[in-house]
Amino acid sequence: MTTSLTINGTRHQVDLPEDVPLLWVLRDEIGLTGTKFGCGVAACGACTVHIDGEAVRSCQIALADVWGDVTTIEGLGAPDNLGMLQQAWIEHQVAQCGYCQSGQIMQAAALLAENPTPTDADIDDAMQGNLCRCGTYTRIRAAIKTASAKMKEA
Amino acid sequence: MASIGKIARRTFLIGSAAIVGGVAFGVYKVRQPAPNPLQPAEGEAALNPFVLIDRQGITLISPRAEMGQGVHTTWAALIAEELDVTLSDVRVLHGPAAKAYYNSAMVADALPNKGYDITDFQHTVGEALGVLGKLANLQVTGGSTSMKDGFIRMREAGATARETLKQAAANRLNLSRDQLKTENGHVIAPDGTRLAYTDLAVEAASIDPPEVTLRDARDWRLLGNTQPRVDMLAKSTGTAEFGIDVRLPGMKFAALRINPHLGGAMDGFDASKAETMPGVEKIVDLGTGVAVIARNTWLAQKAANAIDIAWGASPHPADSAAIFDRIAEAFETKANSTMRDEGDVSALPEGAVTLDAEYKVPYLAHATMEPMNATALYTGDALDIWCGNQSPTFQRATCADLAGLDEDAVSIHTTFMGGGFGRRGELDFAAYATRVALQMQGTPVQLTWSREEDMTHDFYRPGAMARFRGAVKDGSALMLDGQVAGQSAAQQALNRWVGLPAAGPDKVHVDGAFNQPFAIPNYRIRGHLADLDIPVGFWRSVGASFNGFFHDTFIDEMANAAGRDPLDFRLELVRAEHAPSAKVLETVRDMAGWTGQTPEGVGRGVGFTYSFGTPVAQVIEVVDENGTIRIAKAWIACDVGIALDRGNLEAQMVGGMVYGLSAACFEEITFADGAVQQVNFPDYEAIRMHTAPITEVAILETNAHMGGAGEPGTPPAMPALGNALFDLTGTRARELPFSRSFDLLI
Repeated sequence: MTTSLTINGTRHQVDLPEDVPLLWVLRDEIGLTGTKFGCGVAACGACTVHIDGEAVRSCQIALADVWGDVTTIEGLGAPDNLGMLQQAWIEHQVAQCGYCQSGQIMQAAALLAENPTPTDADIDDAMQGNLCRCGTYTRIRAAIKTASAKMKEA
Repeated sequence: MASIGKIARRTFLIGSAAIVGGVAFGVYKVRQPAPNPLQPAEGEAALNPFVLIDRQGITLISPRAEMGQGVHTTWAALIAEELDVTLSDVRVLHGPAAKAYYNSAMVADALPNKGYDITDFQHTVGEALGVLGKLANLQVTGGSTSMKDGFIRMREAGATARETLKQAAANRLNLSRDQLKTENGHVIAPDGTRLAYTDLAVEAASIDPPEVTLRDARDWRLLGNTQPRVDMLAKSTGTAEFGIDVRLPGMKFAALRINPHLGGAMDGFDASKAETMPGVEKIVDLGTGVAVIARNTWLAQKAANAIDIAWGASPHPADSAAIFDRIAEAFETKANSTMRDEGDVSALPEGAVTLDAEYKVPYLAHATMEPMNATALYTGDALDIWCGNQSPTFQRATCADLAGLDEDAVSIHTTFMGGGFGRRGELDFAAYATRVALQMQGTPVQLTWSREEDMTHDFYRPGAMARFRGAVKDGSALMLDGQVAGQSAAQQALNRWVGLPAAGPDKVHVDGAFNQPFAIPNYRIRGHLADLDIPVGFWRSVGASFNGFFHDTFIDEMANAAGRDPLDFRLELVRAEHAPSAKVLETVRDMAGWTGQTPEGVGRGVGFTYSFGTPVAQVIEVVDENGTIRIAKAWIACDVGIALDRGNLEAQMVGGMVYGLSAACFEEITFADGAVQQVNFPDYEAIRMHTAPITEVAILETNAHMGGAGEPGTPPAMPALGNALFDLTGTRARELPFSRSFDLLI
């Protein structure tokens, strides 16, 4: 079964069973490994991507159910062309092991798109589905606030 | 004494070797040209360099595993400090598995002293004994040892490379070496001429490295300051390569199922349904489990779950109750260790108030964010393994053995780790990948464990119990007599690593209890090992992860029995024994504005543990919000002796505490039918954004010797929270997790 997908602005055709989750299409078929596998049950947020701008857990979205354009961490910015949030992540030296951070950044990007000036409570609500075993939460919060402030200036 | 130190350092001879278009500085003095010093061909000398310079640039080797603790950056900074290069201008690599990359500090830590009480002489002996690590092939990242290990050796490597490059420039310019300076990857002549290291590399390769003197700490440019992490850009853009991200041409993906009844056999399986499922290429019988090789990981997992497997029973006690009965029985057996025995714990003066307490903590999983995985390629005469790992030399030996190859034919490629916490020091994930690859000669296979396989096949933090007796009189502690019972993680892990049989007193089992700097006149700590063989291993802070809770909670109970403020009570006892430990308690008291009083609905507790050479004190504040308790704030003070990178130390202290709070609040591995009952994060909750406290950290440098950073933040979190909950509610919980006893925000 051939399915057509738009990922980071590029059209892809994949020939796979329709129930393969988007996560594994991205990682094992298309080679976009920035999106991570953590739990497979939408409990950790490591696989967060955007579909039409909405943050979703890609481990739970079957290929057949992808309803719009997909954006992954690779589409948010590149090492030589960083997105605002990625700059803030570097400024605050957020990552430790770094494994969860793609998902954290994608979740935060969706939050800021919807609510450019989130309060601490807004950040708690939006980010509590994204687990970080290294415990980088304080710096994630600070980086979101920095990105929010810079977006306001821009 | 100086001569012992000198002998220790002499074992680390820094040689150089020519490479194509450049020079490598390593630990063996060799002259043979080696086109690739990381993988010498037959007849070429093996050189395991820490510095590689060619026309393309400068590469630093950091053979300690980067699992989030920032070791790549600080290890590279040790070299760069003396080499005079900018971290953003160099490449930092893990390097291969190699004897030359042994961990000297880990062996020194096995000496039977308390740590905080060691003299300079003992410290030097420890350094000298560190060469044993080389003999034991101990290329291990763990025990919070990396900076203690690399502190002198890596600065010497950098200085040696610098002086050799200067000599090359001196030869070219007809000047003497002492007329030259170095700056930012260049040698600078008195007339301002700048010669790039990359341009001097070929000439430097023909020069004998001179003796070097290390720079004084006052002249450091990088060390002592916060360095931007060398892995931050990659980790903020999804481009950092973890083991699970390795992609090789023609690679296949595999999934695994092993007996959930730990240690049980596989009696048979029916894979007829799985064989016909989409994308499935091969089913591999592993004897104790089954692997499915498929087009992608998910198709492999789906097919693996469709296999009907007859599992044999576990040889271990069936459930948690039976396991803890076995642990309790250990109290009645002869002590494995009496690492502290001062005064007389049986003689008490009249009027002393005595107290007893029994504590219990569960088995715990590591639950790294990146599930266990490894990629392997077997070609018949060679084996390549790609994975994040904390012990590459042991992995190489294990995988070589499985493949029937010489170790020289096996290459371990270490990637970034999506968390380690001790789990990636084990060998099983590389071993399973090897066994699968042996069935797929010529095809690389990535074997990824599902979260369920990962959580149910860990080497768990051992469950443990403690019985403490104490006596107080006139507001102070007279006696503390503690017994700790549980499985030995160290004996099991060493047996897996190098086949060492279990023997002797296990210091790690009582770490965090026997070596606490309290001046209590009658003081005894005994360790009892439980007769159990459930897979257990090193979990961030190891023995201190439970002993920190036992010991410090009991100190809090003694303070309460003595009618004293818990922070003042600790401070008085610690001041007489170890000044840096007293200083961290004073610092955290001042940071938190500790008064011993809290408003209604607010509780505060202090926790203190000395572990891995670093005393850490934490104050935690909890608030009652309509019956639900939230951890609101935390203050941490630590003394690491020498703070090489404050920004990273702060991250480690906060991260270590959060890891401890997750265990304190929620985490618990339980057993039924010999199988682990928690299979995924919904059963094994952790601290998240909304449950993490706002935290302040103070880093002190009064300690006489350098302490560890990655682990010492974890142990005091558990007693600090328990003591805060006691302050808030008046209820003393002696069992973890606290969610069993309190309504905590989740």
